[in-house]
Amino acid sequence: MGFAFIRHNTNYNFMGVRHYSYALSAALLLAGLCAIIFGSGLKMGIDFAGGAIVQVQFAQPVEDNALKKSMDVPELPGISTQRFGEGGRDYLLRFTADASTNASALRTSVAEALQKAFPDNRSTIERLEMVGPKVGGDLANKALEALYYAILLIAVYISGRFEQRWMAGAAMAAALWGGMYLLSFTGAGMGLLVCAALAVTLAVCWKLRLNYALGAIAGLLHDVGITIGLLAILGVDVDLNVVAALLTLIGYSLNDTIIVYDRLRENLRATPDLPLISIINAAVNQTLSRTILTSFTTFFATLALFVLGGGVIHDFALTMMIGVVVGTLSSIYVSSAILLALGDTALYVRAQEKEEYERPGEHGIV
Amino acid sequence: MNGLRWRMAVIFVVLAACVAYSLPSLLGGSTLGGLLPDKRVSLGLDLQGGIHLTLGVEVQKAVSNSLAMTGQDVRRRALDEKVVVTRPRVLGESALEFVLPRAEQRDALEELLRRQFPQLAYDAPQAAEGGQLRYVLRFTPEEVRRLEDMAQDQALRTIRNRIDQFGVAEPDIRKQEGHRVQVQLPGISDPRRAVQLIGQTAHLEFHLVRDDIDPARPVLPAGLISLRYLDKTGEGAGARLVVEKDAMLTGEDVSDARPSFDQLNQPYVLLDFNSRGASLFDRLTSENVGRRMAIVLDGKIYSAPVIRERISGGRASISGSFTTAEAQDLAIVLRAGSLPAPVTVLEERTVGPSLGQESIDSGIHAAFVGAAAVVLFMAVYYGMSGIIADLMLCFTLLLILAGMAAFGATLTLPGIAGVVLTIGMAVDANVLIYERIREELHNGLTALAAVRAGFERATISITDSNLTTIIATVILYQFGTGPIRGFAVTLSLGILASMFTAIFVSRCIFEYWARRAGARGISI
Repeated sequence: MGFAFIRHNTNYNFMGVRHYSYALSAALLLAGLCAIIFGSGLKMGIDFAGGAIVQVQFAQPVEDNALKKSMDVPELPGISTQRFGEGGRDYLLRFTADASTNASALRTSVAEALQKAFPDNRSTIERLEMVGPKVGGDLANKALEALYYAILLIAVYISGRFEQRWMAGAAMAAALWGGMYLLSFTGAGMGLLVCAALAVTLAVCWKLRLNYALGAIAGLLHDVGITIGLLAILGVDVDLNVVAALLTLIGYSLNDTIIVYDRLRENLRATPDLPLISIINAAVNQTLSRTILTSFTTFFATLALFVLGGGVIHDFALTMMIGVVVGTLSSIYVSSAILLALGDTALYVRAQEKEEYERPGEHGIV
Repeated sequence: MNGLRWRMAVIFVVLAACVAYSLPSLLGGSTLGGLLPDKRVSLGLDLQGGIHLTLGVEVQKAVSNSLAMTGQDVRRRALDEKVVVTRPRVLGESALEFVLPRAEQRDALEELLRRQFPQLAYDAPQAAEGGQLRYVLRFTPEEVRRLEDMAQDQALRTIRNRIDQFGVAEPDIRKQEGHRVQVQLPGISDPRRAVQLIGQTAHLEFHLVRDDIDPARPVLPAGLISLRYLDKTGEGAGARLVVEKDAMLTGEDVSDARPSFDQLNQPYVLLDFNSRGASLFDRLTSENVGRRMAIVLDGKIYSAPVIRERISGGRASISGSFTTAEAQDLAIVLRAGSLPAPVTVLEERTVGPSLGQESIDSGIHAAFVGAAAVVLFMAVYYGMSGIIADLMLCFTLLLILAGMAAFGATLTLPGIAGVVLTIGMAVDANVLIYERIREELHNGLTALAAVRAGFERATISITDSNLTTIIATVILYQFGTGPIRGFAVTLSLGILASMFTAIFVSRCIFEYWARRAGARGISI
């Protein structure tokens, strides 16, 4: 018998303290929002903002200031430097770029400037990335679109799987997809478009009483929102890797939510007479050990990436680490709490029974 | 034994296939003398070093070039029908203007435009002083789209040919939205040279063929060279022809080429020369009826048709037993000689080979530490069952590697991150099952019954929760660029593999174990 340091028959009143957790979530969201609006804002990496980065390795360590001074030439606009890894030998230089920036010319300018400033310290350009403003804008739009479609498809899956309402979910998806397609001709910014579509998705879920989907989406928005806010506070550059981490985090957080929902569904069937709050509490308690173990192993794996994975996936790992924690909390205190706020045991028991009498052909009508 | 035996057989077959597919990648490409499949995981640009380029093809330039050419064409044809118009001017980049001095010729001109230039659209002409009519013509939107697409195809083809000649192993060149071309060149150490090469034009030449000289002759007479056919054309693939060294015409003289069909519905290729090309071609064909003319691109012969008669008028057709696709390809290649439009570098990412190696090392380091921690934790927390979960983790990793090799997937740095993440998340399925079994044991079930109930109930949750992650990865794949795609591939493979090992493989092991253990119970 292995250790079981989490007792299997815990009975914490998770839902009882949900108001404190609301306050915490709201505070985190607000802090992130303040950092984005009033602080330095969300820093965009070159993938989305356009620009150029050059990773340089020196034979001997150099001073931050000396490096910055060496790059003070007219051909290299908007320089910022960042130490990369340990030992002071690796640096990341970032430049602004416009449509006429030529990566080959940039490479030559950087190499010449370094050669002039540090004649005795051999330096090599390990990596050079130049993204023009046009490509950057396109990548940002695609990233927003991807986040949106991920959330939408997941909403459809959940309403189908948990409320037996595939048609309602699919109709919602089709309507929204068509709407997005039409709206894209108006030339409105993709950011605006996605925000509008998300608001509509939430409203539709609420109107159609797709509570499970509503809870799951609210949980995902909560996770993405808090994570982005914290990234803004920490001053992390948002690039393609960070977006990939956000999408993975959506998958992960949902994974967690569904485990709780699944247990909830089982308990609704087993004890249809208990008040909803106890049924939810039971579901969260029964899945608690699994939640903690999986979060722990995933967190540890991302921690290993964060510490040892090298500079390029540093931000990816950081995003995932924040996401694992926030995502675990949200499946309890956002997704499940919304079910509690929007219905009672009778409603969800009915939703489950639908499957039985709506089976096609059962009443002679197909 | 409840199908346990054949389930075990399936597992061993899968395991054997996994080992066979992953060994070549682990052994550095050796197939043990053809025993193993010749497939291995390739490394992404960020791991092996190389250059990634997104090139913008300035298609509107190609359209305005074509518009100017068409303008000259209109004037010439009009003259043929005794209709005089002024020299056409290109206004801005998309409109063509000329003046018809004699208004009574309006019907004749418009009839000519309707018949011979259906790709041009125009409004009613404005009356200028002295009874002149001013025409402003544009390409129809379909024609603009055709020309833009053609320019992009052409740039892609030219670029690909150049890169092939340069000798890059496994280049990846593809079209992207917005008239862009993406080029990936692994293992290129001199990006400057590569960029210059890609921006350069392919070179088209027309040479007269000397069929009287054997191409196999070791020494050719002065002024002659031996050229090889392009390998993929039908006629004489790989064969050689002797041609005159001096080109009679070059790609400079071709203004356009497009596939078309004759009366017998046979595809052929229509060439338009510019005025210099037209007169050169006229002289060339009238003096060499009955001889062959080789159409050569980058030193390779694309075709060598027989000159049947004198051809004047600046148009030529290349017929042969083409399929439609071949005619299209030939037309593309012929156009490729004339540099459709300038290309600009919109995005460039270069990674040096040493940085790639560093990334691999640190990625593997992180994966190893993460895996070790998880393995240790599972063994301590679940005892013998934890060790089974650890074995499943190894099996999952093997499956990922084999799957990537079998599909020819590319491993990128984010892809390694995906593997590390999978290590953390793969145990999730096992944890779900084990927690369920423990619960059922607490409810007083026997070991075998608890195992069965645990697996059955947990399978639903596992499928539901993993499917949503798969949805996220599919979207990631759809939207992502190279490295991100690598991440989506490893993560989704990891999820599928961990579902297989947890639900199918470990269930067999547990059922076997619970049966053997009987009353002693299992360690979980």
